[in-house]
Amino acid sequence: MKELRLMKGNEAFAEAAIRAGTDAYFGYPITPQSEVIEYLMAQNPEERTGMAVLQAESEIAAINMIYGAAGCGKKAMTSSSSPGISLKQEGLSYIAGAELPCVVLNVVRGGPGLGTIQPSQSDYFQAVKGGGHGDYKLIVLAPATVQETVDFVKLAFDLAFKYRNPVMILSDGIIGQMMEKVELFEQIPRSDEEYDWATQGKKPGKDHTIITSLQLKPEEQEKVNLRLQAKYREVEKNEVLYESYNTEDADYLFVAFGSCGRITQKAMEMARKKGYKVGQIRPKTLYPFPVEVINKLSDQVKGILTVEMNAGQMVEDVRLAVDGKTPVEYFGRYGGMIPSPDEILNAFEQKFIGGK
Amino acid sequence: MAENLIKPENLVYEKTNAMTDRVLHYCPGCGHGTAHRMLAEAIEELEIQGETIGIAPVGCSVLAYYYFDVDMTEAAHGRAPAVATGIKRVMPEKYVFTYQGDGDLAAIGTAETIHACNRGENFLIVFINNGIYGMTGGQMAPTTLENMKSTTSPRGRDIKTMGSPLKISELVAELPGTYYVARHSVHTPANVRKTKRAFKKAFQYQKDNKGTCLIEVVSNCPSNWKMTPVESNKWMEENMFPYYPLGDIKVPQ
Amino acid sequence: MAKKGDVVIQIEKCKGCEICLASCPQSVLGMSDKVNSKGFKYAVKVNSACTGCANCAVICPDAAITVYREK
Ligand SMILES: Cc1ncc(C[n+]2csc(CCOP(=O)(O)OP(=O)(O)O)c2C)c(N)n1
Ligand code: SF4
Ligand code: SF4
Repeated sequence: MKELRLMKGNEAFAEAAIRAGTDAYFGYPITPQSEVIEYLMAQNPEERTGMAVLQAESEIAAINMIYGAAGCGKKAMTSSSSPGISLKQEGLSYIAGAELPCVVLNVVRGGPGLGTIQPSQSDYFQAVKGGGHGDYKLIVLAPATVQETVDFVKLAFDLAFKYRNPVMILSDGIIGQMMEKVELFEQIPRSDEEYDWATQGKKPGKDHTIITSLQLKPEEQEKVNLRLQAKYREVEKNEVLYESYNTEDADYLFVAFGSCGRITQKAMEMARKKGYKVGQIRPKTLYPFPVEVINKLSDQVKGILTVEMNAGQMVEDVRLAVDGKTPVEYFGRYGGMIPSPDEILNAFEQKFIGGK
Repeated sequence: MAENLIKPENLVYEKTNAMTDRVLHYCPGCGHGTAHRMLAEAIEELEIQGETIGIAPVGCSVLAYYYFDVDMTEAAHGRAPAVATGIKRVMPEKYVFTYQGDGDLAAIGTAETIHACNRGENFLIVFINNGIYGMTGGQMAPTTLENMKSTTSPRGRDIKTMGSPLKISELVAELPGTYYVARHSVHTPANVRKTKRAFKKAFQYQKDNKGTCLIEVVSNCPSNWKMTPVESNKWMEENMFPYYPLGDIKVPQ
Repeated sequence: MAKKGDVVIQIEKCKGCEICLASCPQSVLGMSDKVNSKGFKYAVKVNSACTGCANCAVICPDAAITVYREK
């Protein structure tokens, strides 16, 4: 039965985790996402669905617990915030290398270092470029609402198992902490599916299963890399998601994701009221990035403004997508500061209109 | 010469079926191979080959997954107890073991080791203590003896600046989560047989959900100790055993 | 009298570590003059005093020895 509730983003994520039939959650507290493990513990999912929940001794341990559980063919997930996600990079690299499915939530806060507990999008590069060592990619989903946070839990597991690849949900302190109305999907039963790649016990007459990311011979490692690259090309072909607003007649384009995408939408509406034909693309997948639509629109628009809660990270991917066809400018606030629609509109006028 | 004895009905000892036929990559005389075989024999004799999941470390035994004919996962350096925790929590009915060297278990993975033991995770930790980093070419390990030379303690381990050799087995034995902690070796046939008995006991306890079992195997590294295998075993008896005495450290009450 | 036994040493598996030699109570084993394809001298039987105690096989790190014993 579908169910409407008023929920905090982090709690909605946790509820969606239980309902998605997740087998195991391992995590370590950090603001602004500790509500995830608190909610899970309070819900006693061990009783509700048999889902294992454990507070690990560190984010390093948590991600390696995920590696073990994911290797058993189980739905495993963890959540953290920026400093904790840095600690998970070793494990994520191993999980990507061994081609295992898992879901990781990053409720981003400002950095570098211990930074601030206030919301930020400054982990964009870390999320979309790999993050840890080696040539690999995470699939990265960027929710803008509590509803999307919930829906992306299901989508994230689907993609993780389809491609046997870690999927990151890149949220931020705004979405994690705000309360919104949300429609929860029905409980999905936990699965007992057997996979030939999973360590579930050697079957009689079959070879034993080995999960590893090690290849001592360079020819063999290159084969792994080629297989991974082929997989990423498939992901890029099939899984791009974005929302577009008012792009049909747009002379200018805003590109912004997540919570910042919502604020930017407001700025776009204000710009329209002032007579500027501004459209917007809000990428929902940051990797794969909506390259094609942005490239197409750059033939049509006189300029693109990316708006980010960081010092200008996604703007690099927008420039790659645009390929020099139209000017690309950046505006952002950071360190936990949130740009206002007025500031965004101002920046737009200064960069694109004022000079005329 | 008398009658030919080499026929199937006279067979008294051959390689266990719980090991694959791959040639081990270990150096001549290295205890890793013997420790592997005893663990595999324990698995075969308990008839749990199809229900066992093993975790290989980073260290000389990184390729252990090729040799145990059970489902195997290769963990990042030091993280095997966390990986084992993840496995055991989603497959509690399976038998799970980690196989780790001293650097893996007692340096980079100390936190994972102690917390898995403290939670009393129901798996077996096999700890190979050869007092050195074998795989990377003989650097100092947390268990390197005082004054023992390594490539990173070329004048011998200086306790004042490098700390004392860590008795991690005694340390985890203090934790309520551990059920059975023992130190063995594989350098004589009698010791080899004792080691196997310890592995079997540990799997039995795992079946009964008793908590973490840690079996340390004091072992040799002839290559990095720069000795012949036979000399290395003698050196081990004379130098390692006094500091790391063999026997039970914690036994079920 | 002790039972009679025999051992088969897989030459290609043997790494010539000599650990089995010392473990044999009957001093049955010695080292070859020749080397195997990997360049290791390998263990060989030097007499027929084997009782099939399996000590050598139990201690061999490379599982190179199989042991037989009369029934
Ligand atoms: C994160 C990380 N740091 C360092 C290394 C390099 N490294 C590989 S094995 C090893 C030490 C292994 O020693 P030990 O655990 O004692 O096992 P042994 O090789 O002696 O059996 C080190 C430092 C690594 N692979 N990963
Ligand atoms: S380096 Fe040492 S521990 Fe590693 S295989 Fe050789 S003898 Fe064994
Ligand atoms: S113990 Fe094994 S490897 Fe070593 S010499 Fe004897 S047969 Fe060869």
